[in-house]
Amino acid sequence: MITKRIIPCLDVRDGRVVKGVNFEGLRDVNSPVALAQYYSDCGADELVFYDITASADGRKLFTDILRETASRVFIPLTVGGGINTVEDFDRVLKCGADKVSVNSGAIRNPSLIDAAARRYGSQCVVISADVKRVDGKYRVFAAGNRIDTGREGISWIRECVDRGAGEVVLNSIDTDGVKQGFDLEMLQAVCDAVNVPVIASGGAGCIEHFITLFKTLPKVDAGLAASIFHFGEVKISDLKAAMAENGISTRL
Amino acid sequence: MIAIIDYGVGNLFSLSRSLEAIGEESVITNDAETIQRAGKIILPGVGAFGDAMDKLKENRMDELVKRQAALGKPLMGICLGMQLLFEKSLEFGEHGGLSLIPGTVRPIGDVIDPGLKIPQIGWNALRKTNPYYILKDVKEGECVYFVHSYWADTAPEYIIADTEYSARLTATVANGNVCGCQFHPEKSGNTGLRILKSFAQGEMNI
Repeated sequence: MITKRIIPCLDVRDGRVVKGVNFEGLRDVNSPVALAQYYSDCGADELVFYDITASADGRKLFTDILRETASRVFIPLTVGGGINTVEDFDRVLKCGADKVSVNSGAIRNPSLIDAAARRYGSQCVVISADVKRVDGKYRVFAAGNRIDTGREGISWIRECVDRGAGEVVLNSIDTDGVKQGFDLEMLQAVCDAVNVPVIASGGAGCIEHFITLFKTLPKVDAGLAASIFHFGEVKISDLKAAMAENGISTRL
Repeated sequence: MIAIIDYGVGNLFSLSRSLEAIGEESVITNDAETIQRAGKIILPGVGAFGDAMDKLKENRMDELVKRQAALGKPLMGICLGMQLLFEKSLEFGEHGGLSLIPGTVRPIGDVIDPGLKIPQIGWNALRKTNPYYILKDVKEGECVYFVHSYWADTAPEYIIADTEYSARLTATVANGNVCGCQFHPEKSGNTGLRILKSFAQGEMNI
């Protein structure tokens, strides 16, 4: 059976990983290439590089490190951040990205999804949505979770999939950073609404949270996290061993 | 030297870099002479079957690939490139393939449980069904990375490995010197690199 994926996410600014990471045996803790290699060796099933660069020079550095990473790490790479046009898709795919995740760029211009899916295929287009409860309703937020777009979360995600997005990353703003577990209720709503892979993001604090995620919601395909992996709070090898012990299909 | 056939379909960056990583020389090319000189050939591909066949035919690459295969040169198709090796596909109508392996490419939706996601995206385990040199260093149950909505329906004698997605889906195929992987070895970590290495360095008669 297809395995549940574990995906570390790396924030990259000006070609460097933003949060310093300290692992034994890893000399350059801010090198995206070294960190990607490390995670791949630990059993990560996929990597997300999130470009938080603002400048054009930084963009160039980002594609340089992307190319270097894709030359050494042979697992799927997803790239997000600053994707606003089909040309942005082209720029990162040429450097070895396998999938491209769109967020604010799609909110500003939803037809970006149609155009990218037509050109590169749905398997290449990931919709990443930051969703928060406002007065008991799911609402899509943009621009680093500051702006309430007024869009309803579940219908927005369904629209993106209808337009051709092949995967969904659901980041619950309500659980993000709290480390009390994934937002199972919100994830359930998304899983009920679409039939493409759903990647859970926001809230993982320990191994048990991943076990609960996959046990409670068998339709969730992957769990994504950043700091708990970077700071060694959860080791991917331990996580995958625990998944296997709990009868969750995983790649060991 | 391995020729990676460039016919305008898909992203060949990772494939060429993965061959570099295992110390194999390769060239991304659509030049007939280069392909004829190459010791082995990889036929990559993503996208739709009909479009890909049209592109192969545009510069008569289909005939070239078939001739090279007939000469006994090792040829490996990857993902859509594997599907093109078969007689026909039912993706968006019916399209003829290279007919190097008997069989038909069909939608996975016809055979998997309703409710399972299409495409199959992710890592799934290989079950080996017949011996063949490209999988000689792969153990039963090792996972590889799949992204596909269609599968090759072929006789058991051509199936080297399959994978379980509620149904048994063809994962690796071979017919003499012609072989193919439905999954992406260039995205399948160390397992994938071992498969590419076996193809690059191995001999057919195991």
